Amino acid sequence: MYEFKYHRPATVRQAANLLVKNEDAKVIAGGHTLLPVMKQRLASPPHLVDLSHIEGLDGIEMKGRSLVVGATATHHAVATSALVGEAIPALAELAGLIGDPAVRHKGTIGGSLANNDPTADYPAACLALGATIVTNKRRLKPEEFFQGLFTTTLEGDEIITKVMFPVPKKAAYIKFRNQASRYALVGVFVAKRPSDVRVAVTGAGSEGVFRVTAFEEALKKRFSPKALDGLTVPATGLNSDLHGSAEYRAHLIAVLARRAVEAATAKS
Amino acid sequence: MAKISIIVNGNPVNANVDPRTLLVQFLRENLRLTGTHVGCDTSQCGACVVHLDGKAVKSCTTLAVMADGHEVRTIEGLAADGAPLHPMQEAFREHHGLQCGFCTPGMIMTAVDLVHRKGHDLSDHTIREELEGNLCRCTGYQNIVQSIAAGAKAMANSDLA
Repeated sequence: MYEFKYHRPATVRQAANLLVKNEDAKVIAGGHTLLPVMKQRLASPPHLVDLSHIEGLDGIEMKGRSLVVGATATHHAVATSALVGEAIPALAELAGLIGDPAVRHKGTIGGSLANNDPTADYPAACLALGATIVTNKRRLKPEEFFQGLFTTTLEGDEIITKVMFPVPKKAAYIKFRNQASRYALVGVFVAKRPSDVRVAVTGAGSEGVFRVTAFEEALKKRFSPKALDGLTVPATGLNSDLHGSAEYRAHLIAVLARRAVEAATAKS
Repeated sequence: MAKISIIVNGNPVNANVDPRTLLVQFLRENLRLTGTHVGCDTSQCGACVVHLDGKAVKSCTTLAVMADGHEVRTIEGLAADGAPLHPMQEAFREHHGLQCGFCTPGMIMTAVDLVHRKGHDLSDHTIREELEGNLCRCTGYQNIVQSIAAGAKAMANSDLA
């Protein structure tokens, strides 16, 4: 990897100032996406701003009816948090399916969201649960935040500080893993919220995470796997690669959505 | 260059490193702790697993500067030189948990972390699931799983954690 200058701010404000002062600086937390990309020289930021030592940025707490997860909370912390397990068990399960145990000890929710990998798991949870992504500047809905492949609406000096998840009535995430990379070939997050049902899909869309409104409407009428009988997703706009064709992914979405509804129903 | 202070296997280490130095590079090349291996260098194979503040991490995907102020434990830190082996090491020897041995330090560090998280009575299924991030190219998993199950039990009766 190319040379860079390393900064370790103690507060989010300091971190943001460093980003303003140093053009092309990159934020690092767990480093499990950024470092591999830097090793391949696909990225060569002249400055790295390390958020992992900012106190209080990794907290997990309930605020009213929302579960609030700090940006530098690791996947391990979310997967094993009793609070998450009680409030939104599907989110704890999702975190426990990311990477492997050592990766989960380092990778963070904020890093995953800011990277917006089209096969990452957390974007599906945010979109389905209707999370609010809080930065040092504003609050963003997932629909505004996710802007396509590896693209978000985050500005150069903007840092995710926490993610607020309203607690759903029922939820489940079913992931069909790529056997080699263990990323989602397709992952479907279904959430029955007080006012509606949301179905979010990761791994399949050529523009990243998306919702399946036809499934949502059917499930809003009746939250049961049977409600999805005969419903399919068109293969247009889905990824096609050596791991699976667009048609295969479309098929998986319908299958996994049913399984997710089953799992969500079984849990409560 | 960046100044770092890390406790490595219980000993304070101070150094001046290029910020792009990986933790695994620092351990192997600066400290000559060559028990930690570089396998894939892409955080997939687990040959480089060490404990950072007691948790298994891939040292090929951690910068040495990120470990500044923290504690690192490597395979060399499991048991003192010349002293009896750590129970997990002993179990790998007893159950032939290695063939070429390249993945072994990472396997053992992952196994010890697993015992710390999930206790001493581990099912084969749990062990296999937890070994997701450690690859053995000799495909000796059968004996590795046996070794970890036995090592986990032996750790319950050992002073070495």
